[in-house]
Order: sequence, then structure tokens, then C-alpha cells
Amino acid sequence: MVKVALIGAGKMGISHLSILGAHKDVEVVGVCDTSSIVLGALKKYTQFPCYKKVSKMLNEQRPDAAFVAVPTKYHYEMIKQLLNHEIHVFCEKPFCIEPAQSKELAKIAKEKGLINQVGYHNHFIGTFREVKKIVESGVLGEIYHFAGEAYGPVVTKKKDKTWRSKPDEGGGCLMDYAAHVIDLINNILAPIKKADGTILKSIYSENVDDAVYSVLQLENNISGVLSVNWSDETYRKMSTSISIWGTKGKITSNASELRLFVQDNTNLAGYEKGWNIKYITELASPVDFYLRGEEYSAQIDYFIKAIKNKGPHSINSFQSAVNTNNAISLIKTNHLTKL
Amino acid sequence: MERILYGDNQFFAVNHISDVKSLEQSIKFKDNKVIMNTIDDAINSGINTFMCTTHDRISFVCETIRENPEKYKDFNIYPCMPYAHKYANAVTELGIQGTLKQYMPGNFFGSMFKGGKALVSQDYISIMELLIDSEMKMFKGVNTPVIFLQNVITDLLLGLGMDDVLKGFHDYVIKKYNSEPGFITMNLPKMVEKLESLGIENPIICTSINSANFRMSGGKEIYTETLKSKKFRGIAMQVLGGGAIHPKEALEYVCDLPNIQSILFGASSKRNIQNTVQIIRQFDNGKND
Repeated sequence: MVKVALIGAGKMGISHLSILGAHKDVEVVGVCDTSSIVLGALKKYTQFPCYKKVSKMLNEQRPDAAFVAVPTKYHYEMIKQLLNHEIHVFCEKPFCIEPAQSKELAKIAKEKGLINQVGYHNHFIGTFREVKKIVESGVLGEIYHFAGEAYGPVVTKKKDKTWRSKPDEGGGCLMDYAAHVIDLINNILAPIKKADGTILKSIYSENVDDAVYSVLQLENNISGVLSVNWSDETYRKMSTSISIWGTKGKITSNASELRLFVQDNTNLAGYEKGWNIKYITELASPVDFYLRGEEYSAQIDYFIKAIKNKGPHSINSFQSAVNTNNAISLIKTNHLTKL
Repeated sequence: MERILYGDNQFFAVNHISDVKSLEQSIKFKDNKVIMNTIDDAINSGINTFMCTTHDRISFVCETIRENPEKYKDFNIYPCMPYAHKYANAVTELGIQGTLKQYMPGNFFGSMFKGGKALVSQDYISIMELLIDSEMKMFKGVNTPVIFLQNVITDLLLGLGMDDVLKGFHDYVIKKYNSEPGFITMNLPKMVEKLESLGIENPIICTSINSANFRMSGGKEIYTETLKSKKFRGIAMQVLGGGAIHPKEALEYVCDLPNIQSILFGASSKRNIQNTVQIIRQFDNGKND
């Protein structure tokens, strides 16, 4: 059994906790949160040991691994402390607010040989995994353009201030919705090296962006556009998609449906000339416990397996989150220099 | 329970395989009257149970039923609570305390004695009971013989091991509403075991069951084994895999399974409703011959 502690029992934290609680290879040795309502409920109705102070939990429980789901601004200090205790870390996205901090943590984790992962769950969705496979197969020919998009109804009217409306706490569409799309582009195509023509738009929020539009260039010189808007109430929930154009084909995919067009006959198993449509029903790998989506269980499974077997571990490492942080920073700088 | 239950996903743009279809549905069912007409189509096809989330727009359906008692006297609604996105969005915006404040009936800190007291004393079961009451308000005067806990909450509680809360829901639905409690889950084998361990006999469990092995946690084999060996009243949902599986193949598969009392499906056109009903009846009749 892997001894796991959870720090931060908000929406994502509780969801992780439930999946961890049902996991056959995990023993939840502690939950830490500052809210007395949440902690009270966990104390009363679950078997998990509950703590208000992280240090006390670490001293008493000596976990092998920790899940960090506190607000982004606390990630850096918290994770550093955990790594120094030789604890494997799974951290909610986005990784850190400052790229330099992300880099430092990635370096420490690597030096110490600790398993490290950030919760960019899209990589565990069957359709996006398939997109990566198709891109790597070369069936699209020479790729010349992409579009990474996400839309959803998070902020659809003017509201009181919440943590999401504070830029220094990781609020804002760029740090939240857009981070997912940027991470997909980075991992499916290549790391982003340049942002141009960026618009960070506040639609309903006062201090942070509700939409992000930018022209991106990747390290392999492919260019494309980013279009993300979390103030679009025509969507019931977040909808993320990526489209890629190549000289021999085109692919467009979201979390539930993948459409591939190929010009010629292909050797790629399961695909043929012309349009090919695949649904998540076919592409999802079943999990042992399901809550809100296969990807949430699959990413935890992947992390726990890596700890048990001591690797391999390549998806969503701190290092890949550093690339995402860098790209976020490029986009932000591009926006500011234009003002 | 009836053999065929009509679901509501199509009315609220819930489509598991296509964002395009989801958008089309959201346009088609913009008007509440279109929803009601489609429910009437289902009734005319011989279905008398509508299983739906506690989405705000369902209140229109309930109103129509109350206004036409004769027409809908045999019609049942199985409410499934809560409408999770409502709460999920609220938690994102307002935090957990803010969300409770928004959805607890009455004035949270003041006049509602039970609510205020429950929160101060951290009596979470009472808080849950208040939330159930608030979700059930719109169904006043409507037949609700079964009341379901939605899968996001059921499975969350299952993973957390919050057995008292699951049992609390079960007991309160019986005590207050004189209805049968039901559980929607994506984790059938674990859920059956859990309810058994809580002493809940022959529970109503609605779960994803299809020939494509889609959203069947742990895999098809353990589901089949659970259906064969355990005692519960099963409702199969996501039978058509969101439309990805051919209807005939999909329905033949579930009609052949043991222990499935009811099949839940959603469709947005009269033709598709009629077709689905007809195929299920055909397979069922074939089995009885």
C-alpha cells in the first residue's frame, strides 16, 4: 500500500480523496484543510485522520506521497516542504504562479528521484491520447497550423470577488482554462516558444482575464491560434478542443469525439482514407473506480503505479508543467508589451 | 417500476459523444413547451415514467402535470438529485460555505431554525435533509415513487466511505416522502456491496450498462457477475453508449441480461422514442416466447 496524504479538501481535493479512498493500492493516512466545515464533515463521517496543520500530519503519518490541492499561490512553499521530506508529489494545476518557482521544484524533484505529477487530466482522456498517437504516426503529413480552444460558463455575469478574480492567486482564464489548452498543445505538438497578437480580455471580471486569444509559435516552428473563453454560457460545461492541419490530413478532437480526415490510404490501424470518426465510448480505457470522468482516476492510477514500480513516469511531470508555465508567462508578457 | 423509463439528458444538452449534437439539442429544446410535447410523445408510446435531474426547468414539467391532473394521473417522475452542475459551479464561485448559504432554504443564519442550528452544530445529516427538501419543492403534487441520488454524489460518498450519509439519504426519502430511494452509480459492483453492508435490502440501482464496456468500472465481466449473483433492482442507463452503439445490438444486449428491471433511455424525436420502445418490446417478447 502507498501511504497518501491530501492537502486541501476543496472541490478538486475532495474528488481526489474519494478516488484515493476507493483505490486498492492506497491507504489515505491524512487529510489536511483549514475549513472547519469540511474538516468537521470528514472527521464525523469518514475514517480519514484529519489535520489542520501540514507539519503535524507529516510528522505523525509519514506519508509516501501527497496530493496538493490548495490554492495555487501556496503550491511553491508547500511542495518544497514535501520534497524536502522525501515525499512524492501530485499537484493540482496550474503548477506555480512564477515560472522560476516551477523550475526550481522540478529540479529538486528530479535530483531526489521523487515521482512528481501535475493534474493536467486531459492527457488521460482517450480522444486526446489518440490525437497524440495520430500526430506521432505522421499520417497528417507536414503539420502547418493548429487551433487550441476551450469554452465554458464559469463567469457569466459580474460577481463579488472570489479567489478566481485575483490575478496573484492564480485566478483568471489564462491560468485556469487556457493552461489546460496550452498544456495539450505543448505535449501533443511541441513546446510554445513565442506568443504574438495576444489579447487578454476581461468580460465580466474586474481584475482578471475572462478570455485569451493569441497567435502561437512552437519550437518546431509550427504556428497556430489559441482561443479560450470561460464566459461563454452557450456551453454547459468546459469544452476543450484541438484541431491540427497537415499537408496530408486534418484532425479535430474534443474530449468526446475525434474526427480525422486523411487524403490517402493509411497504414494507421483503425483508420482509412477520407473521414474517420471515433467516440470516447471506443477510446476510453475503463478504470476501477469512476468519479466525474475516467481521466481523474487514470491520472491517479498512473501516479500510484509509478511510486509502486519506481517509474516509468513521463506524462504530466513537473518538467512538462514548467513548459506550460513558461508559455503562460510568454502570453502574459506579450499582452503587457502591447499595452 | 416500468420496464422502460424515459430520461432527460437530451433536454439539457447532455450528450456523451458529440458537442455538435449537444448544441443542436440545446437549440431544439430552448422552449419548455417543446420539452413537454416530447414527454407527451413518450407517454403516447406507452412510457409512463420520466426520470430527470432536478434542473430548474423541470419545474415547468411539474406545473403542467399539476394543471392537468386527469391527463397525467398515471404519470410518474423519478427525480434525480442534485443537479450537480448547479452546485459545482456554485462551489467554484462561492466556496463550500457560500454554496450552502445560497441553497439552504430560508435565511441561512437566521429564521430557519433547523438550518442555522444544523450548521452551528455541524449536523450534516440535517443539512442534507434540508437540501433534499429544497430539491423536492418543485415536485409537490407530482407522483415521485422513486427518488434518486445522482451518480456524482453517490460515487463521491462511496469513495469517501461516508456510509452514514448514503444511509441518511435512503432513510429520509422513505420517512419524509414515502418514496423508494434509488442510487445512480458508475461503480455498480462496489455500490451493491456497500449497500449490502449497510443492511439495505434489494436496493434500486441505476448504472451504466452497455455492450461497449463503456463507463462500467472494473469491466463488463464483474458487472455481469454482479447482475447474476446479487439481489438488487437494476436500471440500465447509457445503454446506447450516447448513440455510439447500434440501437438493435445495444438493446438486445441489455434485454438479455439478468436482473435488469428497467431500461432508461433518452431520445429527442418521436420517431426515435417509438423505435426504441418497439425494439425493447420485441426483444422482451422474443425472450418470453
